[in-house]
Amino acid sequence: MKFSEQWLREWVNPEIGTQELMDQVTMAGLEVDGFEPVAGDFSGVIVGEVLKVEPHPDADKLRVCQVTDGLQTIQVVCGAPNVRDGLKVPFAVVGAVLPGDFKIKKAKLRGQPSEGMLCAEAELGLSDASDGLMELPSDAPTGQDLREYLQLNDVTIDVDLTPNRSDCLSIKGIAREVGVLNSLVVEAPEFTAVEAQHSEVPDIRVEDPAGCPRYLGRVLRNVNLQAETPLWMREKLRRCGIRSIDPAVDVTNYVMLELGQPMHAFDREEIKGGIVVRMARADEKLVLLDGQEVQLTDQTLVIADHEKPVAIAGVMGGEHSGVSEKTRDLVLESAYFDPITLAGKARHYGLHTDASHRFERGVDFKLARDAMERATRLLMDIVGGEPGEIVEVLSSDCLPDDVVVDLRSDRLASVLGLEIDRTTVEEILTRLGLHIDKLLKNGWRVSVPSYRPDISIEEDLIEEVGRIFGYNNLPVTEPEGSLGLRPEEEAKRPVSLIRNFFVDQGYQEAITYSFVDPKVQELVDPKRDGIALANPISSDLSVMRTTLWSGLLKTVAYNQNRQQSRIRLFETGLRFEKDDQRIDQQPMLAGVVVGGQYPENWVNGRRAADFFDVKGELESLFRVLGIEVQFVSGSHPALHPGQTAELMRDGEHVGWLGTLHPQVQKKLELNGTVLMFELFLDSIATGYVPNFKEISKFPEVRRDLAIIIGSDVAFADVERVARKHAGECLTDLRAFDVYEGESIGEGNRSLALSLFWQHPKRTLNEDEVHSLFNGVIDALKQELGATLRS
Amino acid sequence: MENLEQLVQDGLAAVENADSLQALDQIRVEYLGKKGVITQQAKTLGKLSAEERPAAGQKINEAKGQVEQAINARRADLERVAIEQKLASESIDVTLPGRGQDLGGLHPVTRTLQRIEQFFARAGYTVEQGPEIEDDYHNFEALNIPGHHPARAMHDTFYFNPGTLLRTHTSPVQIRTMEAGKPPFRMICPGRVYRCDSDMTHTPMFHQVEGLLVEKNVSFADLKSTVEEFLRVFFERDLKVRFRPSYFPFTEPSAEVDIEWGREADGSIKWLEVMGCGMVHPKVFEYCGIDAEEYRGFAFGLGVERLAMLRYGVNDLRMFFENDLRFLRQFR
Repeated sequence: MKFSEQWLREWVNPEIGTQELMDQVTMAGLEVDGFEPVAGDFSGVIVGEVLKVEPHPDADKLRVCQVTDGLQTIQVVCGAPNVRDGLKVPFAVVGAVLPGDFKIKKAKLRGQPSEGMLCAEAELGLSDASDGLMELPSDAPTGQDLREYLQLNDVTIDVDLTPNRSDCLSIKGIAREVGVLNSLVVEAPEFTAVEAQHSEVPDIRVEDPAGCPRYLGRVLRNVNLQAETPLWMREKLRRCGIRSIDPAVDVTNYVMLELGQPMHAFDREEIKGGIVVRMARADEKLVLLDGQEVQLTDQTLVIADHEKPVAIAGVMGGEHSGVSEKTRDLVLESAYFDPITLAGKARHYGLHTDASHRFERGVDFKLARDAMERATRLLMDIVGGEPGEIVEVLSSDCLPDDVVVDLRSDRLASVLGLEIDRTTVEEILTRLGLHIDKLLKNGWRVSVPSYRPDISIEEDLIEEVGRIFGYNNLPVTEPEGSLGLRPEEEAKRPVSLIRNFFVDQGYQEAITYSFVDPKVQELVDPKRDGIALANPISSDLSVMRTTLWSGLLKTVAYNQNRQQSRIRLFETGLRFEKDDQRIDQQPMLAGVVVGGQYPENWVNGRRAADFFDVKGELESLFRVLGIEVQFVSGSHPALHPGQTAELMRDGEHVGWLGTLHPQVQKKLELNGTVLMFELFLDSIATGYVPNFKEISKFPEVRRDLAIIIGSDVAFADVERVARKHAGECLTDLRAFDVYEGESIGEGNRSLALSLFWQHPKRTLNEDEVHSLFNGVIDALKQELGATLRS
Repeated sequence: MENLEQLVQDGLAAVENADSLQALDQIRVEYLGKKGVITQQAKTLGKLSAEERPAAGQKINEAKGQVEQAINARRADLERVAIEQKLASESIDVTLPGRGQDLGGLHPVTRTLQRIEQFFARAGYTVEQGPEIEDDYHNFEALNIPGHHPARAMHDTFYFNPGTLLRTHTSPVQIRTMEAGKPPFRMICPGRVYRCDSDMTHTPMFHQVEGLLVEKNVSFADLKSTVEEFLRVFFERDLKVRFRPSYFPFTEPSAEVDIEWGREADGSIKWLEVMGCGMVHPKVFEYCGIDAEEYRGFAFGLGVERLAMLRYGVNDLRMFFENDLRFLRQFR
């Protein structure tokens, strides 16, 4: 809500400056978003009167004008089309300074002396209008300083109101707040009801009383809409951010700004039969005042005549029934529309109007008649006309109830943390317009005025008292703690541990959007459909990720395009999947690695990271977490078919590690071998609590062997068989060499293993070890077709 | 015995000239060994009278001692030189960079979240998580934002269907926590939230931390201390904090929290909005089955990116989600 400070001060005028006023309302909850002077910074501009206009002898578009400042006649050359004899205009005399530090000096224009300048609104920073001189009323006192005449030492203050404070969407409402804050009485302008001068009344039928509990109409006959809205009103409207249209619209807007009641004026001629307030029918259309034609829905409350809708109730009038210069008779509307009925309606039609903004938040349901009287009076002052009686269609049952709320003083004190004395509380409530009906033993019974639909429970009153008393005047105390210390599971490792592990391994954490490009996701996770947003921000952020790879691979591309060749990223976060009709949201851990395993260095060279680098890192992670995970050869559509490991923990799938499929890599336009992994965080986060075992005092025995075995036999199988036959005393088994080459024949590889034995209670003798070792060799030969390498 | 004098002189000269430990050892054998020339002098003692013998013997011992001392000194010298040579041959350019893995880094949002979590964990708050695809009930309804509420328009919600949406704030986790447990409560919920808005100062996804404390006796004054203390610890400064009345459907009284952030051109304090907070609305307690007469609570919510921007001087919100390594590496 934008308002003019000067207008506010007509209602209530505290002895504080503009800045202090703005701070004050901000701290009362009406946050000032900004302020702006109502005119540009200029001086030396007066009301001038054009006495005579003559053509310029040497220029078609220029005129030579004789202008008086009230004392002397001055020659000014002017190019504006609307300059004419007798016109009163802003006159920047020699020595004036216009906005932008533009100094007015004596000059010659095409040979003609010119002393000063006649100004358009834009040149004075009053509006954007620059199509001609600003025309001042004929009674403007010639020679008076323009700033003084137009009272331009004023600012437009913009308050960003929270949706509960519909009562402050008017000068009257803001004045009330300022009055409370400064303990001042607020002076409303006086006006009286006008007397009917004819008996014509509009025929009004309300078919939807719930949507429109109160509707007032009045006919104003024989108006002259060619009359001009007076400058003072146009200026007030302008300073509140509203453009002047015609006197009828201007007056309704003025009353809306002043009192908070949106109104509408129809052309009497165009209302066929009478006014009906009803729901629209689905087949009805309406061309609105802004020229757009809308298809109405049967959920939309409209104002109709006996033939068709003429306005969307509380939102915008129709073009056809709107007033024009030719309009002779008006029908004025002042109504209370139900906020819930109107909620979202303007938005549905892509509209947001000053009226809908107010009605959706709740207009004072007792205001309509005052507003009608005020508007009638103002209209008659400008366009003349004869008013008829006001017709009011009231459905009292559908109006909001009068609200009475009890405020307990102990509750007030315990919520705010301070006991505020009774008289202060009562003063605050009363100035806010809340009526204390009754003093209770322990508080107050309070009637809530109709302009405060946001107040209905005790907490609302506590907030009002706290707000006006000042939150910053409340004490600061430590909360009591009745909660004991909570147990912490040692086996459950925090995600921070996992994050820090990857940071130590040289990974940079990324946070990518949870919604991704469906085209990318189709490539990396073709088997699953991402859940699509109904209203995505753009097509490349339109489905929820089923894997964190979608975002990470895009991040790789983004960085490769910025000359980053070594990229190690990880991310934690949810992935989303539709599981039957349920939505499954699983926390994941994913990483991508491309480029050198180590930073390029004088000794390491630039060896690219490979599968086993990343596998080794994951193995370290699992040790940190205290869990055992198996890497099983597997297949995944986004991964290289020969370089894919499915990660299993106790027989349960926990994730994937692999090399990005070269075809997918090409389609994503990525450089280099991309290694990637993704794990279910919940499946790996819980490890074990260490359990001490006696350290053996007896020596450990090591035996090495080298076998030749088919390349298709997995090391995991070799290890499984070896362990099975190595007995209980085997403490470790390691591979220390893997070799493939011509010397051992196509399709074979050589594996060198070390086995370690140790007995907890005694020294193992040579024969025992020998027999276990031979048992392992025999099993490898028989079960896996291995041969000993000579 | 003049001979002895000469032998010592020769011996000392030989020691002086020895250029290796082996040569030195040879000299030792030659002069001091069993058959060494000085050792042999002892044999001459027999020819002397009993009176002369002790003095002559002492001279021989002195001569041996002199040469032995010279040998030891020379050995020490030679050993020192040998070690120096070895060390010299082993010297490296210590200014060459070390090798090994580079250090990665946490995302600045995570870094900020961790600092926030640490503060509240110390104050006894648990860290709770909730779903990001939420239902209308938890995101709006139970937070006292019914379907027609104008506050909904401020949320720019992403929808999947009319009842299912991406949470627009972390506040639904308040509801889920209260539904699942019994008061008292002390929890925070950090997490991703979503709004259908994207421009210079908005990203469609960002992070919030929601906090909730429910006790039998808690007041707005307690909320003030919690928020003020947090902000001072977070910014490591004794900054001014003010509470400005505002409106959230799920708290009442509600406040926005501004911190002092430099000065305006006219010298007045420049205030910056950083958080929202308030006392839990009785309607919210009602939805969660908690007696609002018995319990009271406060809740607060803050924007993580906003705090990270202020803390680290980041000037463009969108950078947080571009994941440009040149940006991320600055937070290592």
